[in-house]
Amino acid sequence: MANFYTDNEDLKFHLTHPAMDKIVSLKERNFADKEQYDYAPVDFEDCMDNYDKILEIIGEIAGDTIAPNAEDVDHDGPELINNQVNYAKGTRQNYDTLVQAGVVGISLPRKYGGLNFSFVPYVMSAELVARADAGFANIWGLQDCAETLHEFASDEIKDEFLPRFNRDGATAAMDLTEPDAGSDLQAVQLKATYDEKAGLWRLNGVKRFITNGDADVSLVLARSEEGTSDARGLSLFVYDRKDNAMTVRRIENKLGIKGSPTCELVFTNAPAKLVGDRKMGLIKYVMSLMNSARLGVGAQSVGIAEAAYREALKYAHEREQFGKSIIEYPAVYEMLTNMKAKTDAIRTLLYETSRYVDIYKSYNNIAEDRTLTPEERNDFKHHQRIADVYTPLLKLFSSEYCNQIAYDSLQVHGGTGFMKDFPIERIYRDARITTIYEGTSQLQVVAAIKGIGNGLYMKILRDNEKLSIKPELEYLKHSLVKMTDQLEKTIEKVTTAESAELYDFHSRRLVEMAGNTLIGYLLLFDANRSDKYKKSAEIFIRLGKTENTQKVSFINSFDVKELGNYKY
Amino acid sequence: MSFRIVVLAKQVPDTRNVGKDAMKADGTVNRAALPAIYNPEDLNALEMALHIKSKIKGAEVIILTMGPPRAAEIIRESIYRGADGGYLITDRKFAGSDTLATSYAISLAVKKLAPYHLVISGRQAIDGDTAQVGPQTAEKLAIPQITYAEEVESVDEKQITIKRRLERGVEVVRTPLPALITVHSSAPECRPRQAKLLMKFKHARTVTELQEEVRDYTELYIKRPYLQIEEWTVADLHADVEMLGLSGSPTKVKKIENVVLQQKETVLLTDADKDIEGLMKELISAHIIG
Repeated sequence: MANFYTDNEDLKFHLTHPAMDKIVSLKERNFADKEQYDYAPVDFEDCMDNYDKILEIIGEIAGDTIAPNAEDVDHDGPELINNQVNYAKGTRQNYDTLVQAGVVGISLPRKYGGLNFSFVPYVMSAELVARADAGFANIWGLQDCAETLHEFASDEIKDEFLPRFNRDGATAAMDLTEPDAGSDLQAVQLKATYDEKAGLWRLNGVKRFITNGDADVSLVLARSEEGTSDARGLSLFVYDRKDNAMTVRRIENKLGIKGSPTCELVFTNAPAKLVGDRKMGLIKYVMSLMNSARLGVGAQSVGIAEAAYREALKYAHEREQFGKSIIEYPAVYEMLTNMKAKTDAIRTLLYETSRYVDIYKSYNNIAEDRTLTPEERNDFKHHQRIADVYTPLLKLFSSEYCNQIAYDSLQVHGGTGFMKDFPIERIYRDARITTIYEGTSQLQVVAAIKGIGNGLYMKILRDNEKLSIKPELEYLKHSLVKMTDQLEKTIEKVTTAESAELYDFHSRRLVEMAGNTLIGYLLLFDANRSDKYKKSAEIFIRLGKTENTQKVSFINSFDVKELGNYKY
Repeated sequence: MSFRIVVLAKQVPDTRNVGKDAMKADGTVNRAALPAIYNPEDLNALEMALHIKSKIKGAEVIILTMGPPRAAEIIRESIYRGADGGYLITDRKFAGSDTLATSYAISLAVKKLAPYHLVISGRQAIDGDTAQVGPQTAEKLAIPQITYAEEVESVDEKQITIKRRLERGVEVVRTPLPALITVHSSAPECRPRQAKLLMKFKHARTVTELQEEVRDYTELYIKRPYLQIEEWTVADLHADVEMLGLSGSPTKVKKIENVVLQQKETVLLTDADKDIEGLMKELISAHIIG
């Protein structure tokens, strides 16, 4: 009888953020749906109560079904039978239970059978599921594809595919990667040709490393423009599994997230429908899909961090050595406290990012029905710009931290943690992929450095300084102002060197310095709203300050000529 | 005529998570210290009813629960999972009822729901553990009963075939309808609450609950009359008051004892098959496992 939502006060804290007022009002638009749907909320309180109660259902399924199945799912994994994927028994049970609960398609509009939930509670559901089983979280999270169809596909495609998510529990996949197109998706080769006779597109080629590849609905990135070799020749298609023209050639045997089938797919004359406009596949739609997926990995990472921290905390209380619980030793309690501070840190960044995404996506939907006012348009752009620089920062920090936390959690377990007897060895393996897929940490830096280049991080930090906080927290703000000054100087130093290579060389250091300061502010604001977060804010800011000073020392003592030492 | 399934469900204190305040000094259960939950085996019963509903066209599932006003939560929880409606049997005059008086009241309520085809309840409630209310109700209704049900092998408008889970095996039995079935915890677990049903029915209230609401529900209830949960009192059931409450309950608690389990002896076992087999047999015969 575990409930991963009700047993974690941090979730309710983030769900009840003051910005929810605006988020709900943009999402529900005067609660107009209440006339048409008996399950639509009638006002703000009703809507928030719905979020709370439905998360409670998902938290119960996470605690009572998904988590208890995780070990068997990790052990059994999916099977390939007649070129089709058979989920592990536990995976099937997990998904069926979520379908029965009617929570698939949680963020789709009601007219497609969805629950029309805003992004924040949707992301929270992903965190809950990931804490129970990180591998299964991929299958849950791929409903992002429905969101992409909703955003970009024609009404005809939307009417055909979207109702299947909530009603039939359709699963989804995003088929992007190919053997020679990983981080560099411009190199995608899978061919799409228009079949004049049949009046539809045909897909031919191979996709590799496709999570949940045998899904009911697949979004496929393919080369529709003959003779092209770059991003402008790629379009996005939707393929229906019912057409039986795609086979699974193999399922990868992986280090972690073993319950999530990673497939190699072969498309043979597979009929498909074009999503949106030709040539916009990678440039527009996949970029949007990737942003959602990165946020999804953020949620997954926070879930993993939470699971790992809890395992360590429990074990450290129970395990006695030299006559007392190991949690009483400084070497152990420092690890645990840092784990907690880092978990709080990535969670607050996760929900801050989600709120920005939530707001700009709602404006997007409103803009489909009417022209936005100039104020709305500005607000939309403001939120989208910030979401764009927060998303890679979130992906970078959350995935790296969840790995650190899983590493430390296993360390707290000692030799026992290395055995298969405790969940931490699975969590440790599951964490590893998060810094790799949906764009490696190195690629997140490439995206996030834009926030340094265009001054947006600095602007956010300076704006934060103007916000008032409780007098007893001023000393923390003081530290953050100092960190901001230090960052400003360091950016200036790296930029004035006028070496593009040096800028790239230091980019991760700069991004992490900005991240430490931004997250420090977010935790400070959390502490301002609830004393519960004061400790994490203090600890994190101390860690961040120390780390930034170290980076500054590296950068300041580094001469551009030394780059040669690092080259091969 | 629709196929009517009546599910008997009870709100109970969660005795599975007993803390130090679980019992009062006089030895009775301190209900305030324990969260009120849906009796676990009644959830298995509800699942069986919903399963049968999915097999028989036009079948409906009606919940009956008896208890204080807050027990209306059981009806809401059932509706969230797919039940069609329910009635709360509530009256101060029921207070102190033992299983005999309870089954009397419930049987009157079931009769009010006639014609019915099936009455399904959990085998027993975790607060009393008597397993008597189901069988006594069947007797008062003068219908056949199947206890310890684990699985519905087949069902139609006329008869039902049930697999029973017994101590040393299983037994398959068939009965004509109407009949009463009590369900064992080994039966399939109940399906989850459904998001849309929860959002649709979360404001469902009994008259008593509405009186205590701060919020004004008048307008909402005019628009959505299906939100009203009906309460049945002693008068509604035309019950004989003498047969209810303390006066209708021959069961009297004679003494309550606190039992502290103590380890009496130690048996050393080796990992030889013989020892392990011996231990397994002992555990099974003591009903610790199996």
